[in-house]
Amino acid sequence: MTNGAPRTDPPLHGIVAEYADPEALKAAAARVRDAGFKKFDCYSPFPVHGIDPAMGIRPTRLPWLILACGLVGCFGALWMQWWMNAVDYPFMISGKPLFSLPANVPVIFELTVLLSAFGAFFGALILNDLPRLHNPLFNLSRFRKATDNGFFLAIDASDPGFEEGKVKTLLGEGAVGVEACYDEDPNEELPPAFWTAGLILFLVALVPLGLAMKSRNSTSKAPRLHVFTDMDFQPMFKAQRASALFPDGRAMRLPVPGTVAVEDVAVEGPAETGKENGAWLAKSPVPWTVSNLKAGRKAYDIHCAVCHGATGRGDGPVALRARELAEAKWVAPTNLLDARIRGLPPGQVFDVITNGIRNMPAYAAQIPVEERWMIVGYLKALQRSRNATIEDVPADRRKELK
Amino acid sequence: MSSEITTTAEFLSDDPVKRAPLVDPRLDYHSVTETVSAIAERPKPPKAWYAAFAVALSLTLMLFALIGYLIVEGVGVWGNNNPAFWGFPIVNFVFWVGIGHAGTLISAILFLFRQKWRTSINRFAEAMTIFAVVCAGLFPGIHVGRIWFAYWLFPVPNQMEMWPNFRSPLLWDVFAVGTYATVSLLFWYFGMIPDLATLRDRARSRLSKILYGVFSLGWTGSAREWHRYERSYLILAALATPLVLSVHSVVSFDFAVAQLPGWHTTIFPPYFVAGAIFSGFAMVQTLMVPARRFFGLEKIVTMRHIENMNKVILATGSMVGYAYGIEFFIAWYSGNPNESFVFLNRAFGPYAWAYWIMVSCNVIFPQLFWFKKIRRNLLITMVIVMLVNVGMWFERFVIVVTSLSRDFVPASWGYFKPTAVDLLMLLGSFGLFFTLFLLFLRFLPIVAMAEVKGVMPHDHGPKEKGAPESAGGER
Repeated sequence: MTNGAPRTDPPLHGIVAEYADPEALKAAAARVRDAGFKKFDCYSPFPVHGIDPAMGIRPTRLPWLILACGLVGCFGALWMQWWMNAVDYPFMISGKPLFSLPANVPVIFELTVLLSAFGAFFGALILNDLPRLHNPLFNLSRFRKATDNGFFLAIDASDPGFEEGKVKTLLGEGAVGVEACYDEDPNEELPPAFWTAGLILFLVALVPLGLAMKSRNSTSKAPRLHVFTDMDFQPMFKAQRASALFPDGRAMRLPVPGTVAVEDVAVEGPAETGKENGAWLAKSPVPWTVSNLKAGRKAYDIHCAVCHGATGRGDGPVALRARELAEAKWVAPTNLLDARIRGLPPGQVFDVITNGIRNMPAYAAQIPVEERWMIVGYLKALQRSRNATIEDVPADRRKELK
Repeated sequence: MSSEITTTAEFLSDDPVKRAPLVDPRLDYHSVTETVSAIAERPKPPKAWYAAFAVALSLTLMLFALIGYLIVEGVGVWGNNNPAFWGFPIVNFVFWVGIGHAGTLISAILFLFRQKWRTSINRFAEAMTIFAVVCAGLFPGIHVGRIWFAYWLFPVPNQMEMWPNFRSPLLWDVFAVGTYATVSLLFWYFGMIPDLATLRDRARSRLSKILYGVFSLGWTGSAREWHRYERSYLILAALATPLVLSVHSVVSFDFAVAQLPGWHTTIFPPYFVAGAIFSGFAMVQTLMVPARRFFGLEKIVTMRHIENMNKVILATGSMVGYAYGIEFFIAWYSGNPNESFVFLNRAFGPYAWAYWIMVSCNVIFPQLFWFKKIRRNLLITMVIVMLVNVGMWFERFVIVVTSLSRDFVPASWGYFKPTAVDLLMLLGSFGLFFTLFLLFLRFLPIVAMAEVKGVMPHDHGPKEKGAPESAGGER
């Protein structure tokens, strides 16, 4: 800045005085205030306490500005969430109300803080007339100490009461040094290239917007231009084609090693088919012990009872519901207590469970072989119990039933 | 200079009759400027700086190379898979956001409570906050998979005519972390303007004159500027205080608003905030103890600062330990079998190793800070705060992974295994953090000079102590 001798007599910017410590600065500030000066300021490396009353600075309006920003953030966030989620694009989730305040509180809070912080930051800068690229005070090499350990007071030459000699005397009392500050480049401006470059950048920035406007307002037979082509490129596989998704390049996947086809499973023994030499087995290969019958009951209640009913009458909830709806194509489940069913050999009952019959699906895939035999056993016990006579009860316990 | 306190031992005494000075009383304004500015002004940093920077920068480059790989290849390069879709990226996100809490806490909350000892360390901690939040913001950004659609997170008008769902905690997160990053940056920069002006006024090379000149915005330190500046700083602090508490609360909502056992608890917001402060202070300590030795800042960042920080670590570590305990109590007291299972599974299930690393690092070792000798021992302090850093990472790992990998349906259970990319990205995020931090140490005022000068004993102490050395005897 201090580049040799000033050109033609630069205008006086003000008078600057340096003081040794904050106390001297405060005293000087009070003298300047009492002398009626308005355009003066004190400069210190840290905020000096008590300088505001000494200079007669009134409290700043900044808090009100920040409050206004905060209110804009608060109500802006509330309005934004209401308009976006309840009006412009209603979010219907599980029949909940479109707008409910509690869920919107976090965003309201955050935006209140964000806008208040913008207010505090930019408000303080704007009120302080910053950023400022040029300040004549920086011409004084002594003034560099203002951010280190120097305490300065400067009176502006534009103050109505400014008079060079008088001001120098006023400031000189208790000062370490007094200096006049000249504005060496009063019309210092940014180089013209800055503005040219700025204009060019601005015009270039308008080009994409212009293209977007043009395509919005015209028609074309060409497909739309997608910036992100995720929806155009869909690598889903088609049968017998190549696929880029898998390392081996095939769309058709080979079965997992060890996979066995359903028809390849050998089920040829009497225990698996319920048949021996073309005749239904009359005796279960799985012994009908009490624990097996209990396991059979459990499996029956899981797999069979929904249609056939817990007692086997064909009155399970599915059957009742179908009857209620009068389903035309519904084949009612068999009443398992019928004399015809009671007469079926265990092998044939096993076969029906295994392969299904009429509407009833095959249960071979769901129920293991042993468990199917247990169900047969339980069913036989159920049929018996539902058609029992007093003769079936042991003679010594018949009295208990009477 | 002073007849009262001349030795460091006296300075560090805890005699309650004397008002403890906040910085070494043998410093004056100019020597504070010198000590701090000299760090940024050296023409060449020490060799160790270059070595550290080379390591950090190569890790950062690795991180960005891995991000490139991730974008090209897809999120399958991570270990995230059914049932643990939130793996390392979210663990790292919560870890870094938590670390980012100490800076604003020191700056804002301690400022409001007039804890003036903060002035020596707040710049440091704020810088750490910004860089930790940068690392944190990275992970959810890349976790979305198709990062070119990350703008869907924000309510911007788009051709689909859709808006984000403001009732989702994940969207609250976007606003909370975004606001936090912005406000922390403003707060940090705002506090730095007077110190940048100091560097500007001392700059010698043309480039540094221009750069410090531009970033100090023409600050002169006038009383009218200071007046608005102080008011604005106070309000920023008052705004940042609830903000810092809200951010980790909102992050905890990501978990607490879900129904998953182990996540769905009301203790999460305070528990997360305590953990965040705990991990943040540990990280500040991790950086400050070596940097203070390295840059000769012992007179400004004194043993008293180290000890105060250790006390905060002890207090918040105990709060975190309390939260761990109460989680178990509630799991039992609720009578909810899923909840009880999750906590037994954490302590004794397949991730028990992670759980016990977490408990020992976060709860047991910090208890050593009850002893004054340990609080003042730099070496032990370093070891403990390193363990806390590790433990707090594992805390987030335990929360995210154990709950996800074993939820309600045993058929969907799994065991999360990180891939090499996961581990290298975590390492790379440390590289990014330290790269930014080393640049900060090299080029910016690492101690808030103006604030330190403001708390020096010019008002309460003898007069000559406040006088600048150049004009010391003239008055």
